[in-house]
Amino acid sequence: MADENTPVAAAPAAKPAAAKPPEKAKVVAPTYREFPTIPALKLDAMVESNPYVAAAGHNEAIGFPGTLVDGWEQKAVAKMGELLGKYRSLRVYMDACVHCGACTDKCHYFIGTGDPKNMPVARQDLMRSVYRRYFTLPGKLFPKLVGARDMSKDVLDDWFRYYNQCSECRRCSVFCPYGIDTAEVTMAAKEIMHSVGHGHKYVNEIIGKVHKIGNNLGLPGPALENTLEGLEEDVLEDTGAAVKYPLDMQGAEVLLVTPSADFFAEPHVDSLIGYGKVFHAAGISWTLSSKASEAGNFGMFIGNYEQMQKIAMRVREAALELGVKRIVVGECGHAWRVAYAFWNTLTGIGAGANDPFAIQLQKQLDPNYKQPSHICEVTWDLIQAGRLKFNKEANDHRIVTFHDSCNVARGSRMGEYAGGQFDIPRNIIRAVANHYVDMSEATTREKTFCCGGGGGLLTDELLDLRVKGALPRMEALNEIVQDKGVNFMATICAICKAQFTKVLPYYGFKMSMVGGVHQLVSTAIVLNSEQ
Amino acid sequence: MSLLFALLFYGATLILVGGVAYRIYEYARTPAPLKIPTTPAPTTTGGVALRMFREVVFFESLFKSNLWIWALGWLFHGALALVLLRHLRYFTEPVNFIIAFIQPFGMYAGFAMAAGLAGLWARRLLVERIRYISTPSDHLMLALLLGIAITGLAMKFLMHTDVVAVKSFFLGLMVFEINPLPAHPGLYLHLGMVALLMIVFPVSKLLHAPGVFFSPTRNQVDNPRETRHLAPWAAKFEAKN
Repeated sequence: MADENTPVAAAPAAKPAAAKPPEKAKVVAPTYREFPTIPALKLDAMVESNPYVAAAGHNEAIGFPGTLVDGWEQKAVAKMGELLGKYRSLRVYMDACVHCGACTDKCHYFIGTGDPKNMPVARQDLMRSVYRRYFTLPGKLFPKLVGARDMSKDVLDDWFRYYNQCSECRRCSVFCPYGIDTAEVTMAAKEIMHSVGHGHKYVNEIIGKVHKIGNNLGLPGPALENTLEGLEEDVLEDTGAAVKYPLDMQGAEVLLVTPSADFFAEPHVDSLIGYGKVFHAAGISWTLSSKASEAGNFGMFIGNYEQMQKIAMRVREAALELGVKRIVVGECGHAWRVAYAFWNTLTGIGAGANDPFAIQLQKQLDPNYKQPSHICEVTWDLIQAGRLKFNKEANDHRIVTFHDSCNVARGSRMGEYAGGQFDIPRNIIRAVANHYVDMSEATTREKTFCCGGGGGLLTDELLDLRVKGALPRMEALNEIVQDKGVNFMATICAICKAQFTKVLPYYGFKMSMVGGVHQLVSTAIVLNSEQ
Repeated sequence: MSLLFALLFYGATLILVGGVAYRIYEYARTPAPLKIPTTPAPTTTGGVALRMFREVVFFESLFKSNLWIWALGWLFHGALALVLLRHLRYFTEPVNFIIAFIQPFGMYAGFAMAAGLAGLWARRLLVERIRYISTPSDHLMLALLLGIAITGLAMKFLMHTDVVAVKSFFLGLMVFEINPLPAHPGLYLHLGMVALLMIVFPVSKLLHAPGVFFSPTRNQVDNPRETRHLAPWAAKFEAKN
């Protein structure tokens, strides 16, 4: 079993010297398991994990009560009743679980922490116990018999603690015989907590920024313009090609909506450079939008339909204003889930509508393309059509692997067939690089492990959780680093990139090991410098 | 005693049928406002039907998840299905030839059912993770099912009861006649536990049976870009925008 107290330097036996000392003494990477055994239960191992409660200002700015309201117990139960009537998933999943235990060893946070409340079924039961108490006859009559509990401060504290230890990655839902998706339960729990004034600071602060400014990082239009001009200069200097990174360009064919981290963060920006080069090389006119300068949608993380819709509406409005024909989404996992699976519902970005609201936009969009498209779909289509040329040797210093991001893998699709979301990014990598290796198949495709930072948990106060939650992915990575010399892990998610940049050093890897698929594209693409 | 059991079974049947019908109505009327199939998911309705068939008949996801639980669970459910079919002979006259044909298999299925249940219970007691998530009702449910299996097997192999009279009792119930039920403690236990199981069905985890068909992660077609999917309560927000 993993020994929590092993110093970080000893964790990955292979590279002891490379390990960076952790910033806080208590945050250490768990040791790799010699065999992928299931950890023994460590009761309350993560009970000290304390996500910051949102301040009144952050809650109120996005329309929630500032602090825990009077009579919140009854109000929380009433909200649960409301959600049971609005979401079939929650309704069915509260009833259907038989406690078979199939999911118990599937969560990366359980594997990394051993805390039994991080087993998906136990996490669901935090809510199911309250559901049984107030909404089922046996729970009303014999609460002890069926494990029913009153809504109390202790329960609320457990909810806040452990629903903020779920990255909504849906890995458990792959393995559940009834398809019970803990993410649905976590989202409902967060929605209930928000409705009584008990939000998570990190997420609510960010949602406030999107509503106010247009993106998660709070970057105003002029700052974006500056950055993009800088990128144009850099690319011109590097390649001699005048690649444009347009902002708010009226009448462009493509509106690119990308996570705002792409504008500033490393290694994210390298992928943004790559998208621009792809459009440039293919001769497609495109633009970014200052209004829709965020693909991410933290409304999903808190399970709040109205917030999610309000955030997504910015994209619809920008598309209508700019008159674009296509909407393309950059490398971001949960953003792609929202875009692919929810945008048509929320905003009419898609096809097949017969209502005026959606038709208004859909008649403007080009029906020859999937709306929205993922940037990987765009690039792969262009590669297949022979419209992009690559110098693959430019990536020869890299031995690449691909980390499937959870929301892309289990909540969306690319291309024409089920599973295209796995093949298309890999196809692109193989088209632009000579050395590609997959990680263990128990950790890829729909069985992929979350990076440990998804679902609105990418915040410093949860660093300990994030480092531990990365364990299964780090084990799989370490295996091919040792065996195949892999030195680059490509991914198509802004959160994965930020999370790995932060936690890789705890496992003795360099933070620069992680990067985007379009970073690889950017390295190898051949540009016509006369364009 | 015959009257008591007659009333018990009328009541239990009403609760089972009415309760499950009400649950199904609840599941069906509750909208699924967003497309949330666990992907990769079928892109056509036919594909979804096939996915659901594999899930319900072969427990596909459980197979991917845990071979022990799958083997024991599948053994139990398969055996239970055979046993239930075998019991149709108590409710039909003449007995359909298929039901007549499976009688010997159904008999041995009783042992398989008990073995599956015992195995699942052993896991519940011995595997730390599953012990942690188990509630008293989880154990009671297994006790009830195992009790039904054991009393049934006991009446077949150890202390026979007058099955002809039992059949006459149930055929009678179906036309609202109360025929004498053999006075047999094993039979009383067996039938009492069956009735209890029927009664708790609509308020317990046994709802996984209808529930699986309504699970949005399994029953939705993966076509959100091609068709607009809108729940009535969500459509109202568009008016505001």
